[in-house]
Amino acid sequence: MRRFVPLAITFIVGTVLILSVFIPPAQDLNRTFTLYFDIIAVFAFFLGGGNLLRVHINKLRMKKRDWQFSIVTLSGFLIMLAAGLFKIGNPGDIATAVDAEGSMFQTVFNYVLNPLQSTMYSLLAFFVASASYRAFRAKNREATLLLIAAFIILLGRTPFGLMLTGWIPESFSILQVPNLAMWIMNSPNLAGQRAIIIGIGLGVISMSLRLILGVERSYLGDDNA
Amino acid sequence: MKRSSYIVLGVVSAIFVLSWVMKSMSLSEVDDSIMQGFLLTVSAFLTLSIFSFLYKDNPFYKFAEHLFVGVSAAFWMCQGFWSTLVGNLIPRVSESLSGFFMVPYQPGSFNFHYWIPVILGLLLLMRLAPKGGWLSRWPLAFIVGTTAGLNFIKYLRSDFIDQVSSTFVPLLGDETNKWTGVGDFFSNLSLSADSQFVALLANWVIFVGVFSGLVYFFFSKEHKGVFGVGSRVGIWILMITFGASFGYTVMGRISLLVGRLTFLFRDWLGLIS
Amino acid sequence: MPNLGVIISLSVIFGGLAWLAYRSIKGYEIDRRVIFVFIGIAVSAPLLFPITFEEKATPIVERLFNRIDELPAGSRVLISFDFDPAMAPEVQPMANAISRHCLHKGHKVIFMSLWGTGQSLMTAALANDILPGFPEKKDGRDFVNIGYKAGNEGVLNIIVSDFRKMFPTDVNGVPLDSTEVFDGIESCKDLDLIVALGGGRPGPKEWVLFVGDPGNVPIGVGVAAVVAPQLYPYYPQQIIGILGGIKGAAEYESELIKRHERFADMPTPGLRMMGPQTLAHMVIMFFIIIGNVVFFMTGRKKVI
Repeated sequence: MRRFVPLAITFIVGTVLILSVFIPPAQDLNRTFTLYFDIIAVFAFFLGGGNLLRVHINKLRMKKRDWQFSIVTLSGFLIMLAAGLFKIGNPGDIATAVDAEGSMFQTVFNYVLNPLQSTMYSLLAFFVASASYRAFRAKNREATLLLIAAFIILLGRTPFGLMLTGWIPESFSILQVPNLAMWIMNSPNLAGQRAIIIGIGLGVISMSLRLILGVERSYLGDDNA
Repeated sequence: MKRSSYIVLGVVSAIFVLSWVMKSMSLSEVDDSIMQGFLLTVSAFLTLSIFSFLYKDNPFYKFAEHLFVGVSAAFWMCQGFWSTLVGNLIPRVSESLSGFFMVPYQPGSFNFHYWIPVILGLLLLMRLAPKGGWLSRWPLAFIVGTTAGLNFIKYLRSDFIDQVSSTFVPLLGDETNKWTGVGDFFSNLSLSADSQFVALLANWVIFVGVFSGLVYFFFSKEHKGVFGVGSRVGIWILMITFGASFGYTVMGRISLLVGRLTFLFRDWLGLIS
Repeated sequence: MPNLGVIISLSVIFGGLAWLAYRSIKGYEIDRRVIFVFIGIAVSAPLLFPITFEEKATPIVERLFNRIDELPAGSRVLISFDFDPAMAPEVQPMANAISRHCLHKGHKVIFMSLWGTGQSLMTAALANDILPGFPEKKDGRDFVNIGYKAGNEGVLNIIVSDFRKMFPTDVNGVPLDSTEVFDGIESCKDLDLIVALGGGRPGPKEWVLFVGDPGNVPIGVGVAAVVAPQLYPYYPQQIIGILGGIKGAAEYESELIKRHERFADMPTPGLRMMGPQTLAHMVIMFFIIIGNVVFFMTGRKKVI
């Protein structure tokens, strides 16, 4: 029961979705199953929220290291949840979008979530620079190729590239850095990315088959769960 | 807390209040200037709190990080609830709830089956319960089955068949550069960006590059002899690819930093227009 | 002629880099925070003392621009905001420029998002940046915002054959059937163009796999720079044009200004960002050069 039912569900759903491509009347079933999937996805968000509550309440209760910051997480979570679920400050009626301009939900998004997330990722600019200085070495032939390609792209994607090599005559214009950068993107980069895409594609196809046929079962965990 | 911590906290609080007052004054022509000043100051404070990690890990960074996690989780829950549960589920399962939420009811004789994803969704939440966690495998199986079924066809078509077919490019002239013979080819030989030679070279690199790249990824045969040469070319192509990706990654990360500094200089400090 | 601020900034940056090179070659340890300061200055200086450059659209950008420009007025264009604040500095300028272009050409525009954060960014952009420039455009008649739905590629798998099953109403609960924009639109197959803006998953790639290829709908994309190289294999067969990173946005903006007088004075965040972008690239290239010079001078052993 614990293994058979989930394996049967995966098999039936996966098979129906594949067959529906070849059997047009089954396409409605395809859309319905996909809508089920979309609805379950929302419950996954709830699961994430519930798990967050559990972890941080436990941390508070056990007074674990940095437990004070769990209060921040929980307060942020509950305030945003209330703002969103009750549409606090929403300018329209209950049908108006949750993130209508002027609502508390959108205000917290604009002034708290937006700066937090964008700044978090912008830190990477500093770390990329540090890595360029410390780790980006022409240690061997392969690393040198990588470095040269990166250099041409970095130069070619700025107006400085043209300023530096704009004097090269038309009959050799592929050697102008912006043109060379474009050529690298359209040719060796395309080839390399395509090889990766085909490789990943084959991996996804075979893994999908393994899952549908029940050969791959690791997502079920162990029986003691 | 150490004495120095109190001093830092005091200084930061003072700067926060000062920024709030000054920002509110500078926005005096705007409605609700005090609130706007407060919100912009909060944004700037959070931005600088994250940047403070560059010096070293500190309580301001931890505060911002923990706030981000909490707000983000609730954000997605609310968006999911209103957009999909209220927007797609309720109109199909309950007329009275549809009326309450003011969404158009979609009656249907067989709509009762839309309770299935609700049941599966609730089973997914069993993962949080001390017992019966195994029941969450059912919705998980549904998610896995749907993803596998959808991806199988789409990846097969777009990422395998179409990609392989796009790799068979003309190696001697194409639509824009018709092949008119060896003599013409050499007499017009040029390194101009739109010359026939450059276009053909690109096609050769694509054709050879894709196959040698795939050879490199093929681990069931030892990379020796002709196969080894193919694999070697493959890794060179991949290295150029990674170099290009690195260049673009640098570009992307710098843009994000420009975005944040623009906020600080323009919206908060008013230094630029 | 560059102003004094630019000259001073450049002197500080390149003087500092010379000092850094000297210290590194002498074998002194350089703290990572020194590197951080350089990047901070390299990005801040051109923001405070703007340096602007001319941009010219590359063929890959021009192709998407031309497609939008050449579509007859009244064509149905869907623009999907599939990004979050972490990608917004790069992708938002593209989103704004393309949305303005479509509205100016008289296309009926459908705005949607596969990301919850995308919907919030879209709401803010429509209210503050895009729609104020088009007071004559009416919600429901010229454009419609259908918002976000959870389910990632599951959403795409439905709308490729049935829009109303996934989006019975717009973002404010107005039934799609009562909007003029959706007259005659059953599914994505009835659209003239889709522009997918993003950089994560779900994003432009999923639009190609789940809508573009099976529905035979032309797709143009605007993506964060990190993802752009991965999309080149789909161009030009499966994607009609790619705007990659802030450079792509700047190229699109410059083309818009050049070809349409209406946009002569429009905000051009993409073009403005190219100044800091250029200087930061140069600083990073110097870092790579210095690192490698030290590496070779110390017999390929030295790790800074």
